[in-house]
Amino acid sequence: MQADWIFVGLFLLIGIVFPIVPIAAAYVLAPKKPNPAKYETYECGIETVGEAWVQFKVQYYIFALVFVVFDVETVFLFPWAVAHNALPLYMAIQGIIFIFLLAEGLIYVWRKGALEWV
Amino acid sequence: MPDFNDYGIGNIIVYLWKLLGWWIGSLGVPEPWVTVIVTLVAIVSLATMALLIPIFTIWLERKLAARFQDRLGPNRAGPYGLLQSFADVIKLLGKEDITPTGADKIVYNLAPLVGVLSVVTLWAVVPLASTMVGARINVGVLYVIGISGLGTIAIMMGGWSSNNKFALLGAFRTVAQLVAYEVPMIVALMVPVLLAGSMNVADIVERQDSMWYLWMAPIAAALFFITSVAEIGRAPFDLLEAESEIVAGYHIEYTGMKFGMWMLTEFLHAFTIAALTATLFLGGWNGPFAKEFPLLGLVYFFIKTFAVYFVVVWSRSTFPRIRIDHLLSLNWKFFTPLALGALVVTSLVMMVMNEFAASASVMARTVTLFAANVALLWFVFELIRRSARQARAEAEGGHDEEHASHGGDGHHDEHGHAPASAH
Repeated sequence: MQADWIFVGLFLLIGIVFPIVPIAAAYVLAPKKPNPAKYETYECGIETVGEAWVQFKVQYYIFALVFVVFDVETVFLFPWAVAHNALPLYMAIQGIIFIFLLAEGLIYVWRKGALEWV
Repeated sequence: MPDFNDYGIGNIIVYLWKLLGWWIGSLGVPEPWVTVIVTLVAIVSLATMALLIPIFTIWLERKLAARFQDRLGPNRAGPYGLLQSFADVIKLLGKEDITPTGADKIVYNLAPLVGVLSVVTLWAVVPLASTMVGARINVGVLYVIGISGLGTIAIMMGGWSSNNKFALLGAFRTVAQLVAYEVPMIVALMVPVLLAGSMNVADIVERQDSMWYLWMAPIAAALFFITSVAEIGRAPFDLLEAESEIVAGYHIEYTGMKFGMWMLTEFLHAFTIAALTATLFLGGWNGPFAKEFPLLGLVYFFIKTFAVYFVVVWSRSTFPRIRIDHLLSLNWKFFTPLALGALVVTSLVMMVMNEFAASASVMARTVTLFAANVALLWFVFELIRRSARQARAEAEGGHDEEHASHGGDGHHDEHGHAPASAH
């Protein structure tokens, strides 16, 4: 078990090191001819006006909120799914009731119109 | 010294690995470091394999896409254009690296690294053969979900830090699309976890030795596949880099090797989700004699993965890009309820089976689960049909009343509503 987690930890390390290698190689090999025009933001030929860092449309936040609710609640379901076949009947049914609560949340959001793209 | 006869020719890779461990140990290296070094060797070879796969799959994809469009595809560099990708890599190495002045430099340079990390590290838990499993961690499926989440963050980092309007639009779409499609993906993943009773990917594969989960959970398999394709932002879900709308989306400002890293991420991710689909639903390395002869399992695994990968490429060249409001309605109003429904149905069937027919054979379980899935699908489509009919009746309602009296005669006036195909 411990060896597996060492594997994962080292894999994460290697996963960061590996993409650095070709980027570093390109850094050494690639030509460098700086030019102010080259470093400007690309925008179909004309100079870009203003910054791109604007506020997100609020609609995106609503989707993100719905996502967070679902993501957190589904994580609770994973242990239930793992143990499902060994659980007594009433516990398995409790999991299904929880799923229906989740679905109820979805229906609520749906009815409120938060799932409409505007 | 490990004895070759204990391993046999079918297990030669594991034998060589053990031999390496023994050899390093015999040099007088203390025990914990032997484990670390041997693990590092395994990781580096696995990661190298993972990073070399796109060089081949990019060629394969271009060739396949070309055939779908009645073209020849790359055919100049090397036999059948096989060396095309190497030529591309060499070209990318010679391209100047540009960081736009307006960009957030740290995040901008970090984004492709996180992107590659989010894909390569998925291979840590993918079992390649019965004896070749990276990490047998008991939260394997959660690990896959967590690491996939990193990919979303990487795309958002790239899109946001570029300070480019196109890139920002790509990042916006990422928030809406990738985040939304994660929900049905996670719920669909819960079905094989429930069937196997384990989150360990290696265990899930081993439980499929008599029956693939594709047959026990067809809806979950389809949902996982489709939402994964959306999750990697591939056609028909490639809104985050839609060429005709936002040029290249989140990686518009990247050049040279950093752009190459984005490409690598995208192509490797496509292959990785094919591998995950094959692992979780198509039995992974399972096949005739795969258990006794692990090398054969490796072959089965790659055959299945390439079959799924072919479907990814196929759908890419077949379907047009989906509109963003359609994309989100499809997810929230169809996939998510369907995934929840599939989970409930699977749970109910398993519950009833465990309670009243605990000795039922795998075949009986499969048939029941398959039938339950089909029934659920029929029910959902019937619901959609009803609501669509209702919506159509409401839309046509008002100005239709004059026709209602003689609507039964089968033909409509020129100015009427007859051609539904007009849309």
